[in-house]
Amino acid sequence: MRTYRPEGLDDTFSNPDAPAGEPTTNTPGDPQTPVRLPSIGLRGWLRWSWRQLTSMRVALLLLMLLAVAAVPGTVFPQRAQDVARVATYLTEHPTTGPWLDRLGFFDVYSSVWFSAIYLMLFVSLVGCIVPRTRVHLAALRGRPPRTPRRFGRFPAQAEASTDASPEQVVESARRVLRRGPRLLPWMASYRVDVHDEGGGWSVSAERGYLRETGNLVFHLALVGLLVSIAAGQMLHYRGQAIVVQGRGMANAVLEYDTFEQGTAFRPESLTPFTLRLDSFDARFDPESLEPRDFTAHVTVTDPGEQPQDATIKVNHPLGVDGAKIYLQGNGYAPELTVHDAAGEVAFAGAVPFLPQDGVYTSRGVVKVPDVSGDQEQVGLVGYLLPTAVQLGENLWRSSNPQPQDPLLVLSVWSGNLGLDTGVPQNVYQLDESRMEQAVDEDGAPVTLYLRPGETVELPDGLGTVTFDGLPRYVALDLRHDPALTWVLVFALLAFAGLAASLFAPRRRVWVRAVPGAGPAGEQGRTVITAAGLARGDDVGLQPELDRVLAATLVDVEETT
Amino acid sequence: MNNLGDLSTLLVWAAATAFTVALIAYAVDLARLADNAQRRAADVPVPVAVGADGAPDDRVDVPVVAESAVLGSAAQVAPGRSARAEGIARSTTYLGLALLFAGIVLRGFAAGHWPTSNMYEFALVGTFVAVLVLAIVQRRRVIAFLGVVVMSIAVLLLVLALNVFFVQAEALRPALQNYWLVIHVGVAITATGVFTVAFAAAVLQLLRDARETGRTRLGSPWRRADGLRRTFSGLAVTGRHFTWLEQVPDARRLEALSFRLNAVGFVLWTLTLIGGAIWAEHAWGRYWGWDPKEVGTFVAWVVYAAYLHARTTRGWSGRRAAYFVMVGYAVVIANFTIVNLVVTGKHSYAF
Ligand code: HEM
Repeated sequence: MRTYRPEGLDDTFSNPDAPAGEPTTNTPGDPQTPVRLPSIGLRGWLRWSWRQLTSMRVALLLLMLLAVAAVPGTVFPQRAQDVARVATYLTEHPTTGPWLDRLGFFDVYSSVWFSAIYLMLFVSLVGCIVPRTRVHLAALRGRPPRTPRRFGRFPAQAEASTDASPEQVVESARRVLRRGPRLLPWMASYRVDVHDEGGGWSVSAERGYLRETGNLVFHLALVGLLVSIAAGQMLHYRGQAIVVQGRGMANAVLEYDTFEQGTAFRPESLTPFTLRLDSFDARFDPESLEPRDFTAHVTVTDPGEQPQDATIKVNHPLGVDGAKIYLQGNGYAPELTVHDAAGEVAFAGAVPFLPQDGVYTSRGVVKVPDVSGDQEQVGLVGYLLPTAVQLGENLWRSSNPQPQDPLLVLSVWSGNLGLDTGVPQNVYQLDESRMEQAVDEDGAPVTLYLRPGETVELPDGLGTVTFDGLPRYVALDLRHDPALTWVLVFALLAFAGLAASLFAPRRRVWVRAVPGAGPAGEQGRTVITAAGLARGDDVGLQPELDRVLAATLVDVEETT
Repeated sequence: MNNLGDLSTLLVWAAATAFTVALIAYAVDLARLADNAQRRAADVPVPVAVGADGAPDDRVDVPVVAESAVLGSAAQVAPGRSARAEGIARSTTYLGLALLFAGIVLRGFAAGHWPTSNMYEFALVGTFVAVLVLAIVQRRRVIAFLGVVVMSIAVLLLVLALNVFFVQAEALRPALQNYWLVIHVGVAITATGVFTVAFAAAVLQLLRDARETGRTRLGSPWRRADGLRRTFSGLAVTGRHFTWLEQVPDARRLEALSFRLNAVGFVLWTLTLIGGAIWAEHAWGRYWGWDPKEVGTFVAWVVYAAYLHARTTRGWSGRRAAYFVMVGYAVVIANFTIVNLVVTGKHSYAF
């Protein structure tokens, strides 16, 4: 098929005397290069497969495969992000669901096929880059290629003439080419050789090894990135905890509500600091009620050290002993006391309610298992409205996220909470299977309304409940990933390498000076010809050649 | 505060109007090109002619041998361009840019933050960058087709932004209050703008390539649907409606232009990816979580990486590499529209 760019030029670049288009780079598996059939035997076959795997075409194929394989993860719900949505999907699609599940469509990014693609890609990458690195290291020590006999084919050319001798011209050209960029004059820009060609002189110069170096750095940094991400996966831990205003927690696995760890994690690596939530500020836009600022003021105490004050904000995690603590959520935790029928305190404490909307209408459950004697266990389910507004009989809503007029609206259940069945329970959910809801004489469910400081009787003589206060709570997320720095370092290396490999110009420049002959007027003068070649399209090549020639002429003027 | 916001909206409407005029002017120029090319088809076999006519800035003295694959320094001048249309196109492009810039700045003041926090602002800045790149690419020579494609996208996006994405300027949610908003989102928008022009150049490259090589689907027999083919045969790239293609730079130059822009876009996109990961680490406590937006950005990045590889793979450069640009650009746009509007993820609030 017809191709324009960049083979012709690139191949000429690798070997300017070779006819353009003739493959000089080793790219096995290309349609033009006849694939030599491997000699029979496992080794030959293995070598052939390896060559295929490390060919550019396979890299291309694998990259496209990777792009395609990443897409299903946005189409289907993913377990890693939302287990509940996966469960919903499975119940809604009883036939296709399980099959998709078996094929890994709900865990795309840890599925066998996705992993296989990127692992193959990285094997291919290493197989491709290591030999190239070796070649490049050799090239770094090499000299610029000799001046070609004819300049006619080169994309950039220039001519001039002078009275100075060819040798003087070439010396000047050498100086000009060795001179670094104007702002960084000590950085030699070209590697230069001077040739005595018998009758004439020439210089050959080359610059831009940075381009290939950048390319190699980029690819190797990708490998480093993969390795550090994998290391982080194995060593990391992450815990989530809810801390109520005025209370604290210690950094220990059991103190977290959920804790997740890599395979190489050891619990000893947790530093046992403690953290106390002193206060929590929340600001909202007075009109749109959109959140504007959340700040948690905490006191952190490292073992054996003085307590220290700190703040945690969204976007501004707190660093403690290499771990970072994020402010992940917040809400209200009404403080309640329940007296049972015998008048004993059956429950006392702050119960986190989960906000359901922008005005913090929050849902929560109070489980009271420790009733005295053989009374029935009590469960309270309901909502907290931070700023309650009555819309109608038994109809309330919250009009503001701030606690301007808090109201608790609870329904009452009694029976067996089912906490000793051995099945782990969600603290935010009441298992109603063994419980009965309290109703009034008309059979309508009983609803309790409480404001802070109020005590109301529970129906059916179950006791009383008191709304003592309304502290806030924060949901904290503590995360430790020792490889984080490396991930960043390799990402930035990859970026720098990429920029160098795409933007650093790779150029060759030749200048030849011969005693003038032929046309009258050139008699006795020196004819200077120059040519330039660049890798890829290079807008700056011709201007650079012109600059070199002009500067050479100036230099000759000054030195003779 | 709201007055500033309203003024900003007004300026954006004005910019959309200016761009519409520019679009029409580019289209007229293109039509004129086609017209003249048709008439002259016989005497202009190769689109190389130095200083045939046209504005003084076209008379660039470049030796023919030193002709590099560089657009803009080109020694070619298309005969039969409409100088008036080009003048109008150019000035309305600049006018629209100025209006849009003012609109964006006022928007920023009205909201009290860098104006890149929701789809509306994203669309404004993205359009601005795309048109700015267009203006830079055309600073020496108008490429009418590029203008038509980019301006169509720009006008469409602005009108869509004003009518569908519009939200009142307001202060930020805590999760967005970060200088990474400026870096990450700003760079992403810039990259999208650059990709837009690169995409237009790649489309033009494909058309031009098809014409150069005489390839057309409508030319070869379709057996059963032959009647259909005959109906549309006038639209064949090799046909007379596309004679103007002979006035645009050749496929090689367009490929070079597209590549240079894509390379810039790709580096910016890489920065977007890294910046996004750093920001996610600050805001959500993980640098990568396969959120739909993250996946979209990643897929686009991989497609453009594949494009760069395709360019240097024997048998894949040239026309085939341009297909990768189409796919890559489609992913970038889908990542902006579908992922924001349809899929739920952590980035949804940015809408
Ligand atoms: C993780 C997968 C890979 C990614 C993300 C990737 C990305 C890139 C990018 C962005 C470039 C453009 C830089 C430039 O043009 O100078 C590039 C160039 C290149 N890549 Fe890769 N690459 C990958 C795998 C591979 C593999 C497996 C090979 C070997 C078969 C390979 C060989 C090359 C070569 C030879 C170039 C230079 C092309 C040129 O001469 O311009 N890459 N790669």
